[in-house]
Amino acid sequence: MYERSDQAPSVKAVKIIVSGGFGVGKTTFVGAISDIEPLATEAELTEVSVGIDDTSAVAAKSTTTVALDFGRIRLDDSLVLYLFGTPGQDRFAFLWDDLVVGALGAVVMVDTRRVMDSFAALDYLEDHGIPFLLAINRFDGAARFDTEEIREALRIGVQVPILEFDARVRDSVKHILLTLIEQVLIFRLAGTRTPAPAY
Amino acid sequence: MNGPVRRPAPPSDAGYLDEEDGDDDALIRPFLVTGGRTRPLQDGLRVETMISARPAALSAPVRFELHAILKLCQFPRSIAEVAVAVGVPLGVAKVLVADLLTSGLANWEQPDEISIAMLERIRDRVRAL
Repeated sequence: MYERSDQAPSVKAVKIIVSGGFGVGKTTFVGAISDIEPLATEAELTEVSVGIDDTSAVAAKSTTTVALDFGRIRLDDSLVLYLFGTPGQDRFAFLWDDLVVGALGAVVMVDTRRVMDSFAALDYLEDHGIPFLLAINRFDGAARFDTEEIREALRIGVQVPILEFDARVRDSVKHILLTLIEQVLIFRLAGTRTPAPAY
Repeated sequence: MNGPVRRPAPPSDAGYLDEEDGDDDALIRPFLVTGGRTRPLQDGLRVETMISARPAALSAPVRFELHAILKLCQFPRSIAEVAVAVGVPLGVAKVLVADLLTSGLANWEQPDEISIAMLERIRDRVRAL
């Protein structure tokens, strides 16, 4: 339909979701490795109030927004990786439906002081067959946890990696991303019917 | 992966989503730029979908927001970046971008399954960061 010469250079984008409770360090994670300062955009949580006001498409919607941080990493001339930081709580499920489609995988950040904050995200990712790992942000002064205790507390299968890391340190964040990508590859190469990362 | 394990509901952070009290306008206003439309004319757009303006598009007589997007997308940009640049929520950005796509002023990178080769490429590039 369009002549080749008429097209801008083609760039593919892939995304990884970074989830976790408030204050767990999602933005720090994204900022540690992003080429750009993390940007904040707003996503709508839109509900159609059926039958309340049929005359106005606008007034019939009840919309509220939630902030979504993201960063961008240029991988090569035609490939970009986006990191989307998103709250993991239950009531953001509809935001997730939109966000996780096509995601390569997800990093669930766990704050050992508030482990339960990650329950909703874990349930969601398991239900939707999205590969993920658990990343425990090492807060200064916080007690060290045995990762196996956390696995037990969160009822996480042995196939899910649990790693301790420091969200402020680029190499540490890079290691988390690399581990996630390798895990996705292992699943795919093994032919496990996990996760079609794209639909 | 194992089958889903039901976990107890997490504690709620009541109040976080509370908007400015009684300011309903703040919730509706974003969709005014779309004429009240909340569904994009093009399906399949994602937050990371890359958009690029077609070369002649800048001279097209379009309204302010659309022109701003075309200017931004002289190099491919994601819908998330479009939303930030234009100052609208993601859903609004999708509607606006879809208008540009359906009127032939911009192209998009249609998503396809992430192949093993692509995964290996991503892994190698991330390792080299």
